[in-house]
Parts: sequence; C-alpha cells; structure tokens
Amino acid sequence: MGTRLGKHTVRLDSKPVIQSWAAIVGAKEGHGPLGSYFDEIIEDEYFGEETFEKGESKFLRETFGKILSKGEVSTGDIQYIFAGDLLNQCIAASFGIRETEIPFYGLYGACSTMAESLSLGSFMVEGGFAERAVCITSSHFCSAEKQFRYPLEFGNQRTPTSQWTVTGSGGVMVGKAGDGPRVTHVTTGKIVDMGITDANDMGTAMAPAACDTITAHFRETNLPLNYYDLIVTGDLGWHGKNICLQLLEENGISVRGFYEDCGVMIYDQQIQKTDCGGSGCACSATVLGGYLLDKLSKRELNKILFVATGALHSPLSLQQGESIPAIAHAVSIEMI
Amino acid sequence: MEQKRTKEEYKKWSQKQAPKSPKIKRILMAFLVGGAICTIGQVIQNALLGTGLDEKSAGAATTLFMIFIGAFLTGINVYDDIGRVGGAGASIPVTGFANSIVSPAMEYKKEGYVMGVGARMFLIAGPVLVYGIITSIVVGIIYYIIK
Repeated sequence: MGTRLGKHTVRLDSKPVIQSWAAIVGAKEGHGPLGSYFDEIIEDEYFGEETFEKGESKFLRETFGKILSKGEVSTGDIQYIFAGDLLNQCIAASFGIRETEIPFYGLYGACSTMAESLSLGSFMVEGGFAERAVCITSSHFCSAEKQFRYPLEFGNQRTPTSQWTVTGSGGVMVGKAGDGPRVTHVTTGKIVDMGITDANDMGTAMAPAACDTITAHFRETNLPLNYYDLIVTGDLGWHGKNICLQLLEENGISVRGFYEDCGVMIYDQQIQKTDCGGSGCACSATVLGGYLLDKLSKRELNKILFVATGALHSPLSLQQGESIPAIAHAVSIEMI
Repeated sequence: MEQKRTKEEYKKWSQKQAPKSPKIKRILMAFLVGGAICTIGQVIQNALLGTGLDEKSAGAATTLFMIFIGAFLTGINVYDDIGRVGGAGASIPVTGFANSIVSPAMEYKKEGYVMGVGARMFLIAGPVLVYGIITSIVVGIIYYIIK
C-alpha cells in the first residue's frame, strides 16, 4: 500500500507498471517534430465519421484498442477505464468506450486529464482493486474550437498567446506486473487561480498551478532537484513555459536544461503557425503515449516527472466574468 | 505555496513577457485587404451604373454582390484565410458580415436545420444586428426631431 508523504504527494510502494501505451494523432500533429513516435496518423479530421465529435470518439476508441493489442490483453482483463475529454458532458470518452462493457469513471480535469486518469488508475492498482486499468483521454481541434471559440470558417485572427488544440488521443494501461516504466509518486494538485481572464492566454493562467504542484512534489518527496532526467508540463506553451520556469526559480527550484512542455514539443512553432504551441487533453496524452514512454522504455530517459496542466473554466464562466482556475497533477514515471 | 505576487502584479508581470501582436503589420494588412474588398465593390458598382441603374439601386445591388462573394468564399473555405491575413479589414466590410453568418450555419449543420443552422446562424452576427437596429432607430428618432 502506498505511503502518504505530505498534503499532495503519495508514494506508490508497489510501483504500478505502465504495461502498454498508444497515441493516435491528426495530420498536423503527425507532421510535427514528434510525428514518427505516434502509432497512427489520421489525415482525415472526421476519421471517416459524420461529425467532429464522433471523429474524436473514434480517436479514443481506436487508441483504446491499440493499447489493448499492444499489451496483448482483451477487454475482459481490464477492471477500470478512467477517461475524459474537453467536450460538454465528456461525450468523446463515454461514446468512445460505450461498447467496451468495462467499469468506467468519466473524468473532467480539462487538459490535466491524462495525469488525473493516470493517478487514479495507479491508485487502483496500488490499492489492489484492479489488476489492470486503462487511463486515456482525447481532444480534437475542430470540436474544441466549436465548443470554446468560433466556427472554423469564421475569419478572425489568432492572438499570439493562443494555443492550438491537439487532435488525437493518447493513453496507457497500468497494471501490477511487467517490465515497463513504473509509476512511483503521485502529486495531486490543488486549484490555483491567479485571476487571469483571457481565454487566449491559458499558459499564463496555468503556469502558477504547474509551479505549485512541482514545488509541492519536491518539498514533500525530499528528492534532489536533479533526480529527474526530464520534468515535462502538459500544455503551458512557449509563453507559459517561460513563466513557469521563472516562478519555479523564485521558489528555489532551478530546472533549466531538463524542463520541457508537451505543448512546445508537439508542433514546430515557426512552420506550423501554432502561436504559443499545443493544448488540449491529447497534448500531454499523445506526447506521453507516443514520445515519452517510448524514450523511457528504450532507457533514453530513466526518470520523468509528468505534470499535466488544466484550465478549469467554461465559456459560460468567462462570459459571467469569472477568472480561470487552473490545476496541475504530477506523476513520477521511472525505469527501475 | 505562498504566491509572491498579488493577482494584479502577476497579470502585469506575465503580460509584459507575453508575445505581442505585430501591430504595424496587422494594421497595414487590414488597410490593404479592406481596401481591396472596397475596390472590388466600387468596380462592381461602376459596372452596374454603366448598365443604366440609378445610384441607389446600384448601391443595393453591389451590397448583394458583395454578400454573395463573402458567403461563397466562406463556403469554399477561403474567407477564414482572408480573415486571418486581413483582420478587421476582412471583417468590417459586408463580406465579413456574410462570413459571420455563413460560418456558424455551416458549422452547426450537423445539429439539424432548426436548432442547428436556424438557431445558431446569428451566433456572431446577432449582437451586431440587435445593436445596429437599436442605433438606427435612435438615430432615426433624433433625425425626425431636428429635421
């Protein structure tokens, strides 16, 4: 059973194993710098379906299938699915796994959902309640634009701090045994709201939450700052990453040189014109399920701290003048 | 964790480092794109005047032509690119107004013709219409009184 180290952090003594992982992405992500790491690249933004929402569900469903086939298990071997997305009532996740007949917890952590689902899945395995759990999320540029911003064909200009929602789905299967990367610590974030109200500047809204969680992680685990080969935040983007680095340094945590952000990694900012970088649940999920776990399993990375960040606002709350509450959850993944 | 800055201070501090819009470039492009759209409108109007239409009818017919062009370019996925380059220069002329109505109509077609297209068509143009009509009523009343 795990050991509580502090207000936010739990050490998982059985070290649940990430047995398999997968990521399927859209065309833009596939043509980005990490393109070769993804399992599949789907050029059709509808994925052969009638609507963007159905397309997003299919991304999640196909990724789920991929995780199972790569892990050489069938649906009967999975005790829980933890999944979520950005759409109202999390329809991409529920419709995506509708036919699986596996006990399901739907989650909403905005773009932090990958770390949230991985935390809960690992807890389930650590607690002995599950042999295997699948943790998976999705997002889709077109369905997110429709829900949070303007119609696709509307001729407006993007602000330089805005980010590009990643189209795709990524996920992992955590289980008791195996040789894969292991989940060793979970640091659950609290909501941090620094009063930012600009929905085109999520990086600024989320950076303090990421800083708060990373600071709590090092304070409560007492690990040295150079313990990790890579600390990677979810989707702060170029601007948010820069802000987060400075906030961390003010807290005495200097991680320059081994700190990255999935939103920065997934696109080529200059060529792909994505302004501050990627965002969305699938941003951190596809970078984890495509690139990071691949690097870990090849031992090109040995220890990473995966910190997915989320902005917990809605279009309605913004119209009512509310600021953007943000959250970040951290999961340590290590090769042992 | 203690925050070292108040919310106001954080906002100012982070905004100072945020990437800025290329203002001069955007203003110039808005001028060029907006100017080009208006020039096309003028060419159409002159052509219509040449067919013997009076000025008022030619003006109305030109608007119809421009609305069609805006709607058509939205339909073939071009107007969003013009808007990205031209900014306000593409959205203020009547072609931009057409774009703001046709784009949600296209987007919400899958939700049906009544609650989708019908209800969402004026998602962006709605406020413009409401306050445009109110303003025109107020101006009309003032004009009536001082005439």
